[in-house]
Amino acid sequence: MALTTTTYGYTKERSGEARPVSPDIAAVEPGSLTFEINHMDLFYGDHHALKDVSMDIRTHEITALIGPSGCGKSTFLKSLNRRNDLVENCRITGDIRFEGKDIFREVDLLALRTRVGMVFQQPTPFPKSIFENVAYGPRLQGISHKGELAGIVEQSLRQAACWDEMKDRLNQSALGLSGGQQQRLCIARTLAARPSVILMDEPTSALDPISTQKIEDLALELKEKYTIIIVTHNMQQAKRISDKTAFFLLGELIEFDDTVKMFTDPSNPKTEEYITGRFG
Amino acid sequence: MNRLQKAIARAHRNDRTAKVLITACGVGMALVPILIGLFLFYRGTDTFTLFHHSLAEFLFSGVWSPSDTAEGGGKVGAAMFITGSLAVCLLSLVLTLPFSMAAAIFMTEIATPQARRLLQPAIELFTGIPSVVYGFVGLTVLIPFLKSIFPMPFSFSLLAAGIVLAIMIFPTITTMSADALASVPKSWREASYGLGATRWETIAHVVIPAAKGGIATGIILGLARAMGEALAVAMVIGQMKVFPKSLFLPASTLTTAISADMGGAMEGGEYNAGLWTMALLLFLLSFAFIFLIHYINDLATLKGERK
Amino acid sequence: MNDSHFAAKKRADNIMTVFFRFGAWSAVILLIAFVGYVMGEGCRYLTADMLSFTEKGLGNQFFNTLYLVFLSLVFSAIGGIPAGVYLAEYARKGHLVKWVRMAVETLSSLPSIVVGLFGYLVFIVMTHSEWNMLAGALTVSILMLPLLTSVTEDALRTLPESYRLSSYGLGASQWQTVLHVLLPAAFPRIMTGLIMAAGRGFGEAAALMFTAGMSTDIRWDDWNLGSPSCPLNPLRPSETLTLHIWALRTEALEVNANEQAAACSAILMILVVSFSLIARYMSYRIDKKMGGN
Repeated sequence: MALTTTTYGYTKERSGEARPVSPDIAAVEPGSLTFEINHMDLFYGDHHALKDVSMDIRTHEITALIGPSGCGKSTFLKSLNRRNDLVENCRITGDIRFEGKDIFREVDLLALRTRVGMVFQQPTPFPKSIFENVAYGPRLQGISHKGELAGIVEQSLRQAACWDEMKDRLNQSALGLSGGQQQRLCIARTLAARPSVILMDEPTSALDPISTQKIEDLALELKEKYTIIIVTHNMQQAKRISDKTAFFLLGELIEFDDTVKMFTDPSNPKTEEYITGRFG
Repeated sequence: MNRLQKAIARAHRNDRTAKVLITACGVGMALVPILIGLFLFYRGTDTFTLFHHSLAEFLFSGVWSPSDTAEGGGKVGAAMFITGSLAVCLLSLVLTLPFSMAAAIFMTEIATPQARRLLQPAIELFTGIPSVVYGFVGLTVLIPFLKSIFPMPFSFSLLAAGIVLAIMIFPTITTMSADALASVPKSWREASYGLGATRWETIAHVVIPAAKGGIATGIILGLARAMGEALAVAMVIGQMKVFPKSLFLPASTLTTAISADMGGAMEGGEYNAGLWTMALLLFLLSFAFIFLIHYINDLATLKGERK
Repeated sequence: MNDSHFAAKKRADNIMTVFFRFGAWSAVILLIAFVGYVMGEGCRYLTADMLSFTEKGLGNQFFNTLYLVFLSLVFSAIGGIPAGVYLAEYARKGHLVKWVRMAVETLSSLPSIVVGLFGYLVFIVMTHSEWNMLAGALTVSILMLPLLTSVTEDALRTLPESYRLSSYGLGASQWQTVLHVLLPAAFPRIMTGLIMAAGRGFGEAAALMFTAGMSTDIRWDDWNLGSPSCPLNPLRPSETLTLHIWALRTEALEVNANEQAAACSAILMILVVSFSLIARYMSYRIDKKMGGN
């Protein structure tokens, strides 16, 4: 079924603008399925960017998406919170289900994006204070009580391991932080919106090794409560932190398996060539 | 419904309302000049429909004696105002162009970066100076000065208006031309120098031809400003209702005629209608200037593509 | 022969360089002399009497100028900023956008006397009212609209795409993104645009001749908003500084007309130049800050 896209992303036929919202914050059992993707194809105009991708993503696991640049791994990630709606000429067919519901037809767009948070390659703080950055998501959700906001901000900053270094400068501009701090602040901002999934698009590629280490540790901690899907070009990173790994090549999902199995005994020769560094 | 659901429902609602209101503002913006055009058209065509004058009479006849009554019966020939406007515009352009070009070329090609940083904002500053201030200085300085060097019957003249306008449009033309010159790629200049050309040859054969479109746009914008300027011109031109025969004699323009007589002419009378027709003409002229700019730019891009 | 060819080339180059240098500096010197004259002449007459809020002074005209420009800024901000938001955020490529852009361009090149006549027709003749400040402010706001629209559009367009993406990523709607992230981030630039618009508003005259009226009759002890002599009543005739200069030069009945005009010019010059310097300084600071990141 074709999907017409708009700049904002309210696609009438799929999301049904006025549909009553049911974000369904039911407790999800670990091991249950957060995302079920069946026979998904994605086109940018005439370009067939993702070909017949099927994948199940389990709750409270870290799934790493690897592959050479241009293989479609970021495009795939963007589809999960419907960020591709913002791209003109983008068309998706097939079935993507979040907690059992079709993300285009059965889940409200804003609710989906609230539940599926995103961390970008470059740190993207707003030109606001540290406090206001973190409080942005909760405010959108109708939380305006000062004490409640302060509580959420503190909790989120603690979870993202930046409370100690930022608690004395909450009212200063977030733009004054270092790159690594900004990235952890962005993770805190995402956590404050209380998502159940966090999408990370090469979150450490712009950071130094020490900051990278901190983010990786953080991801391992967050896994207890969140489902994490991370795009990375760093094979070692995928090996270190992920439970499952998916290898993309030229828009196709070549292999998807337990990380340990993928890195020790890949079943597809192309996967082996890639992770041993013969191309890419 | 829980709080989150309520918040999301509200966000959707506000989003739809905002979209409608913002779009309305955008479309409303587009309607403003159309509305202005319609109103001017509605008042300006009375001359032809109500008072039965021909377009040719309005444009080409020099007899301006409309009756100040609703019955009409006078003569509505605006040729002397039209030629007055054209004469003043051309005069100011001729006076300002050498200086504008010299200043623009000096700023982009010759001046040191420090001098440029000083000159550019200084010149831009002058686009904002009120036209009545220009008119005031014209009256108190320029007119006595002109009188002392030329034997003029009146101190007010076409020349004085031309000079005042030349000073007024100098910043517009200069900044636009300087922008156009500055956007010519540096590598073209270097290539020209590499072939043994002097700075002047590079400017004349490479930089100016490349910046032609931008310079033309600047000149047209300057002309448009000169054509529409009312009060500064009115203060020094003398406002005599005659054809502009000599640089040293008073004349009238479309804008000075409107500003002088609109307040006194009877609402609904032939005189009034004639003035509205002149305003309509000014509106159409500024529209024509915009089209001309687009035409030139399209021509430039077409040429660029063919290469 | 080769030598003389080069010498000729060199000579032409030198002559043209001297010409450009001369043209540029003589224009600049003329402009500086212009400012110097207006300021020098004006300041000579800027006495306490001249600055007083009485019939002899310019205080009332000064107040009218500020009040009128303030009102027009409010009106044009209400119309122009959303129009800029529309162009930058909501408009899709198509005929409508082309049309709006064309409108902005046309409006910015209309002679102010033409807009003034439109204001006269709509706000005075059609409402059957006397000259009043509100009509003048509305007319001037039409002249400010294109500037504010394009400044807002540019300000929003220069913001990094990441602001939009992260805001959407947190579940914000488009309007929430515009209102809570983009407009605050673009605020300094929009503010600069407002100051620029104010600077132009101070100098406007032709658009006010047939709208705001050429007289002013303020009583500073009259605070009844409905009264025609209350300073804050926008429905009273209100001569501005620019109109005062025009009136003095054309219907100069007063003895010290020349002095008043000189003082008016100097005050206007100070207003315009200081506002455009502030706007310039602000955009310089913004660019520096953006460049620093």
